[in-house]
Amino acid sequence: MYGMGIFKGLGVTIKHFIAGYVDDIKYAGRKYMPGVDNFEARQGLNPHGSYTVQYPEEKIAVPERFRFIPFLVVNDEDHPSAPNDDWCTSCGICAKVCPPQCIWIVRGEDPVTKRPVPQPEAFFIDIDICMNCGYCAEFCPFDAIKMDHDYELASYDRTSYHIHDKDRLSKPFSHWMKIAPTTANEEAADRGGWEHIDVIKARKKAGEQPVPYTPANTGAEVMDMIRQTEQPKA
Amino acid sequence: MTDQIIAPAQTGSIENAIAHLKARFGEAVKDDERDGFGGIVVDRAQLLEVARTMRDELGFDYLSSATAVDYLGISDHMEMVYHAYRTTGGSSLVFKAQTARENASVPSLIDVWPGADFQEREAYDLYGIQFPGHPNMKRILMWDGFEGHPLRKDWHEAYYEEDTKPFDSRWPKGYVRRAEELNVFGKNVKYPDDLDLGRLSDNSEASLYSGMGLGVDVAPFEESGIKTDKLVVNLGPHHPSTHGVFRMVVTLDGETVVQLEPVMGYLHRNHEQIGERNAWLHNMPFTDRLDYISSMSNNLGYAMAVEQLMAQGARYVAPSYRAEVIRVLMVELTRIVNHFWAIGFLLNDLGAFFTPALYAIAEREKILDFFEATAGSRMMCNYMRFQGVAKDLPERIRSTANLVNDRVRDFNTMDYLTELINESLPRAIDELDRFLTDSEIIRARTIGVGYLPPEMAIAYSTAGPVLRASGVAYDVRRAEPYSIYPELDFDVAVRYNGDIYDRYLIRFDEMRESVRILKQILPRLEKTQGESIFTGNKAIYMPRVPVGESYGRVENPKGELGFYCVSEGDPKGPQNPWRYHVRAPSFINLTALGAMCKGHKVADVVAILGSIDIVLGETDR
Repeated sequence: MYGMGIFKGLGVTIKHFIAGYVDDIKYAGRKYMPGVDNFEARQGLNPHGSYTVQYPEEKIAVPERFRFIPFLVVNDEDHPSAPNDDWCTSCGICAKVCPPQCIWIVRGEDPVTKRPVPQPEAFFIDIDICMNCGYCAEFCPFDAIKMDHDYELASYDRTSYHIHDKDRLSKPFSHWMKIAPTTANEEAADRGGWEHIDVIKARKKAGEQPVPYTPANTGAEVMDMIRQTEQPKA
Repeated sequence: MTDQIIAPAQTGSIENAIAHLKARFGEAVKDDERDGFGGIVVDRAQLLEVARTMRDELGFDYLSSATAVDYLGISDHMEMVYHAYRTTGGSSLVFKAQTARENASVPSLIDVWPGADFQEREAYDLYGIQFPGHPNMKRILMWDGFEGHPLRKDWHEAYYEEDTKPFDSRWPKGYVRRAEELNVFGKNVKYPDDLDLGRLSDNSEASLYSGMGLGVDVAPFEESGIKTDKLVVNLGPHHPSTHGVFRMVVTLDGETVVQLEPVMGYLHRNHEQIGERNAWLHNMPFTDRLDYISSMSNNLGYAMAVEQLMAQGARYVAPSYRAEVIRVLMVELTRIVNHFWAIGFLLNDLGAFFTPALYAIAEREKILDFFEATAGSRMMCNYMRFQGVAKDLPERIRSTANLVNDRVRDFNTMDYLTELINESLPRAIDELDRFLTDSEIIRARTIGVGYLPPEMAIAYSTAGPVLRASGVAYDVRRAEPYSIYPELDFDVAVRYNGDIYDRYLIRFDEMRESVRILKQILPRLEKTQGESIFTGNKAIYMPRVPVGESYGRVENPKGELGFYCVSEGDPKGPQNPWRYHVRAPSFINLTALGAMCKGHKVADVVAILGSIDIVLGETDR
């Protein structure tokens, strides 16, 4: 019969329309309330009805490998021997491998001897230029630059807020443990310990035992392990 | 020996074809003897004849790519590079025509392959090569009154810093300076000396409109007994039906299209020059931004082109089997994503605003979630690397809460993929099929509209679903197989009516074939678990690429995507591509748009454009 195709198609629309309400009735209006754990039903593998996530009241958490603007890893504040130390050695690989060239690094210099020191004096990322490709994190030999998960960076004025300097970029190692525990564990296993690769090498060279790698879930656990072997600075 | 007679063969090898051409044209056809280069160099005086012989006697009926290279500082000439194929399959016959940089000129091949139309206009626009014999030789991506030819090696853009990346100012003394502080607004653009800026807006498009058969005066004409005027209408650039910023200048007789000309370049960012400034690896994330709906397959095309070059050098190891399996997995998922969008948007163009599109992309969300968990980004994947892929599949697709009110999800990756490929994707495809295919409105609007006969589809160099819906079973995955496609069991989808309805149906066919491929990928993923995904050296961020040329092409969802790369490998400094050209399927498929629209109503133009499925990131580059 002529017109059947249209009715068949409309049937699909109605099915979708009703499916959303069936779910609403099931949760009796509490579908989007915090504490009601039906997120699996809405965002799982076989959801029915509405896919809506009530942003900004609720957000889909991003997976570990999600990459947004980079940040610089520094030691935690409560690190026993070197609190707040940069992991970055200002080797410049991230600036060279950056496709849109959004990273500027000023290499640190010893004020007396004028020889380069393995710490950046300044570090800038223009986040308007950054294309979130993740190369800096991928090719950093010191695990010192990582991709962050914070995508809510809107601001009123690009000239003053969109060039991130070293202060703004630096985040403690525990932040990296929080957003990407699996990756952080893999990297620590590769390095052979939870410390910066140079610290591990230095301890080995001095005949000391570096903090051995044992799986950890949080930054606090890592810090506990470090505290067991390292003495605070005198 | 010239007295040897070689029989014209439609199916012979490339070597035989070259031998035939040499026997016929003697000195005018020479081997390209530069190190790492292949194909033949044709004397430009005889180019047209040689091309005609290739098409008519040797069966190279499909001109895939035509592009120019500027060898300033190396041999100081310009070169047109053509890649011709047979639609029966096989590899390319590469031929080149050289010309001096001053008054560069190469005869137009538009009479032999009409598909050269836009590509020659592009070469004129970006390189300043003239093409005598081309009926419509004007700029295509840049605007009238633009100064210079931006892909010439001696042309510098407004915020020019250095010839090649990495820039020295970034490290070790890299205090940030915004480009606009160095080059203030207003001084960032150049005009030709003889241009009267006051009149720019008045006469800038006179050539376009006069090309449409109309000057300033509208001449009345008589047809079917009614005295009417022709009317020129601009469709776009700002219109939802154009899928971006794209314009069609249409001459109308009443509501019937008499002539149509696409106008593009609004999103032109000189992608190819950016690519030549970049180092080889830098280009990978830029390819994401070409056809931003199918970034994974763009990555694969570029990776393959560069791998072809790297394979000529020492210390190259081909990607591992698992890497190839993952690549095919990603690319086929991308094809499904793209075709869901294409169908959804075609329905938008037919007037069913966004209900079908939203149903079509519901399943896409899950694929993008998988991309995000694996590659780190939903659309700008940047996932492939030379000699492998960036990361292995994660064990679990798991999110971590770190913002306020995060809702966490956690799936086993293989379970997720199995469920997706075996259950939800086929179900969603079938549902969309049930929803739309039998609808009388769709059938009335699409059957018999926008007909493209097979011989025209080939001549215009169309690719992908557009070509195959016209009855030409040409698919790069079968015609010149790459990756692990030879061992996979799938059919090349083909339809024979060449109208919008067939271009719509063929996307369902292709999605079903993709699901069929994905089902064969799943056991291969299980079997190769734990194997290496990258055969190169992880620490090398500036790979050495030997001197030579390569053309990597893949069957993108929208058609054949090709990357033509030339390396002039400076062994000392950092390495950058000398030439990086993108053969964009969306761009070249548009060549046939005018012919397809002629004689149809203006409302059908929108549907015909939708059935080609263009994306402007790739069209304009």
